[in-house]
Amino acid sequence: MRLIGSKQSILAAAAFASALLLSGAAARAEDAQVFNITIKDHKFDPAELHVPAGKPIILVVKNADETAEEFESSTLKVEKVIAGGQQGTVRLRPLAAGSYGFVGEFHEDTASGKIVAE
Amino acid sequence: MLATLVIVFREVIEAGLIVGIVLAATKGVARRGFWVSLGIGAGALGACVVAIFASQIAALFQGSGQEIFNASVLLAAVVMLAWHNSWMASHGQDIARQMRAVGGAVAAGQRPMTALAIVVGVAVLREGSEIVLFLYGIANSGSESALAMVAGGILGIVCGALLSALMYLGLVAIPMRRLFAVTTWLITLLAAGMASQAVVFLQQAGYFQSFAEPLWNTSGILPEDSIPGRLLRGLIGYSDSPTAAQLAAYLLTIAVIIMLMRVVSRRRGAAAASLAKT
Repeated sequence: MRLIGSKQSILAAAAFASALLLSGAAARAEDAQVFNITIKDHKFDPAELHVPAGKPIILVVKNADETAEEFESSTLKVEKVIAGGQQGTVRLRPLAAGSYGFVGEFHEDTASGKIVAE
Repeated sequence: MLATLVIVFREVIEAGLIVGIVLAATKGVARRGFWVSLGIGAGALGACVVAIFASQIAALFQGSGQEIFNASVLLAAVVMLAWHNSWMASHGQDIARQMRAVGGAVAAGQRPMTALAIVVGVAVLREGSEIVLFLYGIANSGSESALAMVAGGILGIVCGALLSALMYLGLVAIPMRRLFAVTTWLITLLAAGMASQAVVFLQQAGYFQSFAEPLWNTSGILPEDSIPGRLLRGLIGYSDSPTAAQLAAYLLTIAVIIMLMRVVSRRRGAAAASLAKT
């Protein structure tokens, strides 16, 4: 009897998870605004990017260096490796107004910048 | 060279911890060395393949291919870890009894070694592909210090391996009777942490963004990108600013694994009871 109870709760959990999945998938915003950042000589250009607060944003990070870079920000919750000469697309959540720092993890001494949402 | 060492070491930590836990969880299993080595080897080979096709993978899903890849690979590992724990819930007691009978570490049954080899392989694949891209870029840039930097990279890998050896030795110092309970919990938390990390990648790909606002921020106390923060992230999925979706994935994974283990061990208990009656 109790066994059936566990089975039912597993089913319920699975249903909950898939409902969450579907709602999440449906929510992927395709009308996001695109912003570009270029990495050159292990520096970001622009190092300070102003974006509208509360709107979904797509960041295209172009790595113009020969070496790979990891675009990382703990406040933006982003972690992305971009090979030399390639570009990477990062989808940001709608940001609350404020400043969000990011770094190039492989060259942290020179590669840092911030996004200002306003 | 030191900078390269530190960067590679940071990438290796996560995979290293996982290898340490898997080795401890399979203490006494025949041929576990073969399976773990197979996982590491396949993972390293896969890492090179992933690095070679990095730009093609990245271009999938409108530029979110890397995120979807990472999330899928993490979720696959979560399933394998859940499988391992359910298996242990059903066979663990037999193994412990058998071990007491034969006096220790002989013939501890099969254990779902394929599942754990996949977990190891996946961990090496993820971290390894980043290391390959990083080192390849340096080697390719043809700077004079390239050789020193590659040497630093290799040293970083060695340090990561030492760390996983330490992790392993610390764990196997636990008495055998307790060891399975400890590794089962570690594997549960490891799986929960992986599920939560998978959610971060999905959010970075543009999914679940309605639950993407961090719930709290403890980066002032323990930043996630410090070495201790990374260790905890690799071990139990520590995040200094988790989102609601991350927390939900974390708790849901723990709940589902515990439920699976209960169902399996109860069924096993019922089967044993009906056997005893006849």
